[in-house]
Amino acid sequence: MSGRLRFLRTPSGAVGFGILVLVLLVAVLGPYVAPHSATAPIGAPPFTGPSTSAPLGTDFLGRDVLSRLLSGGRSVIGLAAAATGLAYLMGLAIGLAAGYSRSIVDPLLMRTVDVMLAFPPLLFLLVLIAGAGSSVGVLVLGVAVIQAPGISRIVRTATLEVSERGYVEAAVARGERAVAVITREVLPNISAPVLVDAGLRFTFSILIIASVNFLGLGLQPPSSDWARMIGENRAYISLNILAVIAPAAMIAILTIGVNLVGDAIARSLGRSYVPRGIRSPAA
Amino acid sequence: MLAASVLIFTAVQVLPGNAASAVLGRNASPAAVGILSRQMGLDRPASTRYAHWLKGFVHGDLGDSAVAIAQGSNHAQIWHLISGPLKNSAILAAITALVMIPLSVGLGTLAAVRAGRPTDHLISLGSLAAVSMPEFVVGSLLVAVFFVGLHLLPPVAIVPPGGDPLSHPKQLVLPVVTLLFASMAAGIRMVRAGTFEVLQTEYVQTARLNGLPERRVIMRYALRNALAPSVQVLAQNLQYLVGGVIVVEAVFAYPGIGSQLVNAVQIRDVTVVQSVAMLIAVVYVLINLVADFIVMLLVPKLREPA
Repeated sequence: MSGRLRFLRTPSGAVGFGILVLVLLVAVLGPYVAPHSATAPIGAPPFTGPSTSAPLGTDFLGRDVLSRLLSGGRSVIGLAAAATGLAYLMGLAIGLAAGYSRSIVDPLLMRTVDVMLAFPPLLFLLVLIAGAGSSVGVLVLGVAVIQAPGISRIVRTATLEVSERGYVEAAVARGERAVAVITREVLPNISAPVLVDAGLRFTFSILIIASVNFLGLGLQPPSSDWARMIGENRAYISLNILAVIAPAAMIAILTIGVNLVGDAIARSLGRSYVPRGIRSPAA
Repeated sequence: MLAASVLIFTAVQVLPGNAASAVLGRNASPAAVGILSRQMGLDRPASTRYAHWLKGFVHGDLGDSAVAIAQGSNHAQIWHLISGPLKNSAILAAITALVMIPLSVGLGTLAAVRAGRPTDHLISLGSLAAVSMPEFVVGSLLVAVFFVGLHLLPPVAIVPPGGDPLSHPKQLVLPVVTLLFASMAAGIRMVRAGTFEVLQTEYVQTARLNGLPERRVIMRYALRNALAPSVQVLAQNLQYLVGGVIVVEAVFAYPGIGSQLVNAVQIRDVTVVQSVAMLIAVVYVLINLVADFIVMLLVPKLREPA
């Protein structure tokens, strides 16, 4: 294996990659193989233990835990991926504008970024939800806004460095337009430092969106989001422990897998990868 | 700080349209919304309300809870609502911090001293796993093990109003451990990196060659120099605690400021959200300032003007 896939050679990278593929398969194919409806009771009383028709038992409304588990992964991964993608778009735009323009735009944008970074992320999201109500749009946009400042900072630094190189100056001297210079010369050369902690940011998105869903302030019933399942069944944990443990294990496996892969990729590039969990999407 | 206050105020007050209709719900009659708006002073322009709120906040007057007003309660003062929970949260965070700091310094140093050996790998893999999981997952799994499985510890930490959380220390174990899990990893990694670097320096080598016991070399020479960069990370961990209690309190039904905030968001009590958010943001920024100050004390170089 050469280049890109070198991270698979380390044991933790290979294990993490395997985990990730597995969870993705469950999330994507799960709804098609689920034995029951994810949102309707199956006729059994709430909190029955494992049986042949419901291998993981039923939840607080008598719904099949396994079926909910199989359909609950999409929102966990999908929302986080959407938020992270949007954050990268915003961060790239801000960072490139600040780093390439070298005008008043730069300090202005960076001071705004400083303010954003000085604010507890989860608090920001909760305040936003209190103000704008909770919807998928608010969740995705809110998390993107939380993540964008940190990304834009890295983009800016990398852009500043790259735009002093010969090939960029040559392109400018040839009279190429700024857009062409940025997309053809700058972007390909800043992608490594910018993308190295994409795994961290993705986990962060998963963590914070899951936290909000757990608190019941995000996706609304009858969503079978894993975090929601934990929140809904937590109070009755001694009645059917599987209804809590199964989704908790899925989230744990997913985030650990992402971080193992991220760690392995960063190491293979000779960079450090410090997982920060929910505490700061910054640096 | 001021910028943060503008941010909070805008997000809560300007975005949603009318807080009064948010409190009363979708089916409220326009007349009722009008009356409540006047009671809450919402008919004044946003800038006036912002100035009023900020002035009150600086003077320690957090204003009244919108929902409590709507319910005709006499105890609408936000300060009354949150002073108890605030104390509970402070206790929880303080205990966690007291355990967290020595533990992360200890484990980080241990990993650095044993660099490359199984202990090191175990510690770094463990911290990677711990930090990967959301607090509520860790908390729920801990409850599954220690309550459902072993019947050792209570699954919730309920404190009666006005009660003292310290009177039931057993209740606090799981919340504290959950917070520790999520907050320690970055600290451990940072201490490890710092100590590892210092252990390679010449003065440590010299001290070793002078025949000083390894224990003394680490305590006296390595740790002291490794700590300066770690202070910032430990401060970040404290900052994290300020935010982390929000979720952990919800997991264990602990009556702290975080539970209060979540409740307020749920019923869209905008004035409470606004003030609690501002309080948390103030603490967050203060911790940063204190950390900068401590780093200055530890590293004399930074004290000279650049």
